[in-house]
Amino acid sequence: MRDLSLHLMDILQNSIAAKASKISVFIYTDTVQDELRIVVEDNGMGMEPEQLDLVADPFATSRSSREVGLGIPLFKASAERASGCLTIESMKGKGTIVTATFKISHIDRLPLGNVAETMVHVILSNPQLEVELTLHDSRDGSFHFSSAYINEMLGEVSISDYEIITWIRDYIDEGIKSNFGGVLNEIDY
Amino acid sequence: MKSIIELEEIRKKTFERIGMRKNKTGTRVLVGMATCGIAAGARPVMDAFVKELKKRSISDATVAMMGCIGACRLEPIVEIIDPHGSRVTYVKMTPEKAARVVAEHIVNGRVCLDYTMGEAERAEKAEG
Ligand SMILES: Nc1ncnc2c1ncn2[C@@H]1O[C@H](COP(=O)(O)OP(=O)(O)O)[C@@H](O)[C@H]1O
Ligand SMILES: [Mg+2]
Repeated sequence: MRDLSLHLMDILQNSIAAKASKISVFIYTDTVQDELRIVVEDNGMGMEPEQLDLVADPFATSRSSREVGLGIPLFKASAERASGCLTIESMKGKGTIVTATFKISHIDRLPLGNVAETMVHVILSNPQLEVELTLHDSRDGSFHFSSAYINEMLGEVSISDYEIITWIRDYIDEGIKSNFGGVLNEIDY
Repeated sequence: MKSIIELEEIRKKTFERIGMRKNKTGTRVLVGMATCGIAAGARPVMDAFVKELKKRSISDATVAMMGCIGACRLEPIVEIIDPHGSRVTYVKMTPEKAARVVAEHIVNGRVCLDYTMGEAERAEKAEG
C-alpha cells in the first residue's frame, strides 16, 4: 500500500460492508511518544470472538468470493513495519474499533497520504452514512469534522455539489496541515 | 483559515444557482468516483468541467460527484443529464475529453459518441 489514506479507505469500506450507520475516524500524533495512532470506530454488525481471532490472518474472509481478504492483514503489516501494531476490538451487534499505531520517525512508516480524498469519497458513495473525523496533536488544539452537521446545515443543498465538496476537501486539508504540519515530515506547515 | 461561515456563504450561492436551474432546467454533470477513482483521476476531470463551464459562462449547469457505479475499469465515468432528463454516460474521461464534451455535447447538443460507455463496451468485445 502506498500510503495510510488508502489503508484507511479499506478499513472504512469494511465498516460500510458491516452496515455501519456511523463511523468515527480519529488520527492522533504524540511527539513525545513518537507515535501516530489511527482509530476507526463503527456501529456496524461487529464480529464473534472466533471471527475476530481469524481476521488478522490473510486467509480469513467472510465473503464467499474467491478473493482472500487482505485489508486488515496489510494494514497490520504496515503498522508492524513501522514498530507499531494493529488491534481490533469488536462486539457482535454493537460495532468494531480498529486501532493502528506507527512510530512517527520510523524510516518505513508510510506517509499519511490524502485523507481528505478518502473522506470525501466515503461521504459521496454513502450519502446516508454519518462520518466523523477528529485530528489531534499532543502539543495543542484539535480539528473536528462531521458530515451529519454539514448535511443539516446545507438543508436543500446537496453535499455532493462541486463547491461544497471542494470546501470539505480544503477544510480537511487545512485541518491536517495545522495539526500535523512539522509533526509528520511529509506535511509542511 | 476555512470556516463554517465560509461554507454558509457557499451554501447560499449554491442554493440560488439551484433555484435558477429549477426554472431554466440546466444540464447536470455527475462525475463518478469508484474506490479506484482516486487513482483514476476523477478529481482533475471534475475540475476541468467546472473550468470549461465557467470559461463559457454556462451558469445554469451543476457539477456534482457520485459514488461508485461498479464499472471500475472504465473510470473515471461522467454522466451528463440534459434538461429533459436523458442521460449519456462517458467513460475513461480525461480533462481534455471533458473540454470537448462541454463544447460539443453541453453547448451544441451533439453527443461525443466515441467516448460513450456503449462504444467502450463494443471495442472491448471486438478485442475478444
Ligand atoms: N468493521 C468491521 N465490522 C465487522 N466485520 C469486519 C469489520 N472489518 C472487518 N471485518 C470482517 O473481517 C473480514 C476481513 O476483512 P479484510 O481483511 O478487510 O478483508 P475483506 O474486506 O476483503 O473481507 C471481513 O470479511 C469481515 O468479515
Ligand atoms: Mg476489507
